[in-house]
Amino acid sequence: MTIPSFELNMVIAILPEILLVALTGIILVLDALWKPERKRAFGWLTAGGLLVVMVISFLVSAPSGEDHLIFGGMLRQDWLAFAFNVVFMFAAAITALFAMDIEGLGQKGEFYVLMLVSTLGMSLMAASADIIMLYLAIETTSIPMYILAGFMTREDKSTESGFKYMLFGAAASAIMLYGFSLLYGFTGQTNIYQIASSFSSLDFPKITVLGSLLLVLVGFSFKISAFPFHFWAPDVYEGAPTPVVGFLSTASKAAGFVVVLRVLVDVFTPAAAPDWINLLAIISVITMTLGNVLALAQKNIKRLLAYSSIAHAGYILIGVVAISALGQSSVVFYLIAYLITNLAAFGVVITFSRVVGSDDITAYSGLSRRKPWLALAMLVAFLSLAGMPPLAGFVAKVFVFAAAVKSDMIWLAFVGVLNSIVGLYYYLTVLKYVYLYRSDDETQPLPISKPYTLALSILILGIIVVGTLFGPWFQLSSRIAASLF
Amino acid sequence: MHFPILSVIVLTPIIAGMIILLIPSDRKVVVRYVALAAASLALVLSAVVYISYNPAVGGYQFVENYSWMPELGITYYVGVDGMNAPLVLLTGIVMFTGVLISWGIDDRPREFFAFLFILATGVFGVFVTQDLFMLFFFYEIAVFPMYLLISIWGWIKTREYAAMKLTLYLFIGSVISLVGGLALYFGSGLNTFDMIKLAQANFPESFQVFWFPFVFFGFAVLGGIFPFHNWSPDGHVAAPTAVSMFHAGVLMKLGAFAALRVGIMLLPIGALHWRWLILALALVNVVYGAFIAMVQTDFKYVIGFSSVSHMGLVMMGFATLNKNGLTGSGIQMFSHGVMTALFFAVVGMVYDRAHTREINELGGFSRKMPWVAVAFIIGGLVSMGMPGLSGFVAEFPIFMGVWQVQPIVAIIASISIVITASYIIRIIGRVFFGPMKLEFEGHVGDVTVKDKLALTLLCVVMITIGIYPAIMSGLVSSGVDRILSLLGGA
Repeated sequence: MTIPSFELNMVIAILPEILLVALTGIILVLDALWKPERKRAFGWLTAGGLLVVMVISFLVSAPSGEDHLIFGGMLRQDWLAFAFNVVFMFAAAITALFAMDIEGLGQKGEFYVLMLVSTLGMSLMAASADIIMLYLAIETTSIPMYILAGFMTREDKSTESGFKYMLFGAAASAIMLYGFSLLYGFTGQTNIYQIASSFSSLDFPKITVLGSLLLVLVGFSFKISAFPFHFWAPDVYEGAPTPVVGFLSTASKAAGFVVVLRVLVDVFTPAAAPDWINLLAIISVITMTLGNVLALAQKNIKRLLAYSSIAHAGYILIGVVAISALGQSSVVFYLIAYLITNLAAFGVVITFSRVVGSDDITAYSGLSRRKPWLALAMLVAFLSLAGMPPLAGFVAKVFVFAAAVKSDMIWLAFVGVLNSIVGLYYYLTVLKYVYLYRSDDETQPLPISKPYTLALSILILGIIVVGTLFGPWFQLSSRIAASLF
Repeated sequence: MHFPILSVIVLTPIIAGMIILLIPSDRKVVVRYVALAAASLALVLSAVVYISYNPAVGGYQFVENYSWMPELGITYYVGVDGMNAPLVLLTGIVMFTGVLISWGIDDRPREFFAFLFILATGVFGVFVTQDLFMLFFFYEIAVFPMYLLISIWGWIKTREYAAMKLTLYLFIGSVISLVGGLALYFGSGLNTFDMIKLAQANFPESFQVFWFPFVFFGFAVLGGIFPFHNWSPDGHVAAPTAVSMFHAGVLMKLGAFAALRVGIMLLPIGALHWRWLILALALVNVVYGAFIAMVQTDFKYVIGFSSVSHMGLVMMGFATLNKNGLTGSGIQMFSHGVMTALFFAVVGMVYDRAHTREINELGGFSRKMPWVAVAFIIGGLVSMGMPGLSGFVAEFPIFMGVWQVQPIVAIIASISIVITASYIIRIIGRVFFGPMKLEFEGHVGDVTVKDKLALTLLCVVMITIGIYPAIMSGLVSSGVDRILSLLGGA
């Protein structure tokens, strides 16, 4: 392969990533200069900086014309990469706002630096077109995440969470790497598009294709917390600092799904079509059923959201297995809707537990009398997770089920809708505490500081806008998904 | 471009709900007046729609059609015809009276009216939409506030259980219909959710026979069809008064109407194939519901099961698939909605003062609240199908229609009239007449002027239709003609 000369448009294509690195550098330098009291402002700086980067990306680096590979086939410049890049930065900005007032987290420059590095990794995950690049991007995403999960070094649970996440993550990525090496061994290529074409042009025995697929799938399932590699999620979610969990369960999962779409759809569809679709359909069914059923018994809101996020991975996989333009658009739409919704849900949990200091579901008793607006935000977020209109979650669910029906997988759609009933049950159970039960703390104040109000307002508004004016969002999703072909 | 009256009707409640949420929580009186103003507006507009609908022209009127999502053929498409115009009016009436009767709610009235109005938007939306996707959209909006309304403001003993049971039942029904609806969408190959176009899709017979039960019975769960009626009496009893009124008065019609609009109108061959099953189940509703109502000792459960019985008549009218039966069902949906709203309002008023609903413990209330007693008696006569009142106008055509299809069913179903009379007369005798217990003397007083206004409005509507049925029957039968044309004149 010849080394292409650097062209300006290539630099422009990765301008968001470059700016992200610059922002990280600024924070790193200021961290050394600023006094500890001032460091809370890093939250504003990060969120504001990311907003600027997002605006510049929109103006300058939005892909135009043909999708194409850049940097010697390492990255692909297309709408999928670009749009998710913006989505990840949005999630990071919101997380920065949520983290600002958390004791031991928001006043540390390292937190913001690590989060931004992880965001950078996600952007590269979404754009990578080469298995080497992909592996590097996944590690760039994961390693800061391991540290972030264990950020509260004085808390046993946080340390445990970080350690567990790292051990599981390292094992999963090692297996995935082995899968990558097999892919290279079979085809002699590292670029996923070239691997795809050699898979379809050469006649490989199915067992080799499926074998390497399974190994790669281990790493991906871990990222999206799908069965059977979902075990880490509840423990990690429970122990890690909540803003980190919010980021982990949304942006990191979305990045995983983008890779699933790009690699599984592009590489394996022609070569292993019926088998891997069936396999993934089964994984989808088990994932959502397991997530929903185990969520029923949870007493801790973070564990409940962990199982719910496992269940949502199952719903999203329905859209992946549908293998159609509609299916992939629905996956993209679902990811956007889920990201906003779940961030809002965690935002409420963060706001609440910062003051109350408890993550028990029973602690939420009487919230609607104590802080009606926070209760309403929780209602919106949870009903959107349950899939109720006029909220984003409803449209997202309908689209993935529609994709399944269209691909003649009606049984899968039925499993999905039955699961969403189980989901509704436990979301309503939480809301019962919020709206129905009373508690002695009802009259205690529950102060919400400015960044929380701002972030929650943006998210709640987003849930309603995506849920009602879904037309433009779906157009965008279709356009993003179209770049897969 | 004309004034978008239907959109205004649909959006008025939800916008009012948002405004109400912005009012400080200690300004409870302001909350109530804003709610009343919004409900009045909705009532007036829905009455305008009802009156200015022209049955001679027929078809859909007041149509608004905007493309919402062209890729998937989702449109914001609303319009009324002879079938749904009465239901829009019904919703307006129940919303208005419901606000009047909820005046005394003191626990978080802001949230109460906001949730109630979100529900009202969903109900209006389902009745007027011509787009299948939007129908599901509004349908779910109408269902979930129910959970909060019942579980927060409901009867403390059963509210948690009843609210969860109701929500899960209805959600299961709606998602099963949803899968059916998606199958219709893809099966038609027309790439549109527009129900008027889908009705022309000519689905093959095997397709219709397979999917009809999913779509019809999924919605019919909310219509209270046997054996999926179980949620309904529990839900009615646990709900606060205004919510019971909405629930039995309007929401159950929502289920029946959606079953008709999507099930029968889009899959007519499927309907012909499965009509015997609907007829049989509806017969069980009618007779069994009435029997169960007869043996209840709780005033509110009697009314709850009477709804199951009367909704059975609606379903039975659907199953006839002929002009008489469908016209009767159309009027019955309206008539029963008004009547049952009245019943639940009365139950609420009695319970608020007596703090018990056990029929055997009550007595002599006509002396303390004569206005309420008169209203209940009028409602009771409607329920028995007395000529000169709306119940007769509705039920008589249903029985005629059923007779044309299967005389034996009509004969068995007519037993219910006798049983209805027995439990209604028992309630009138035990609750409103007879000696009053000493414990009630003194603290049981008359109802407020607002309560009387609500009861009067409901009674006037029932009597007007009874005396002058043409103001509704002409309208409904123009809607029925459209359904019959889809059925190929069957």
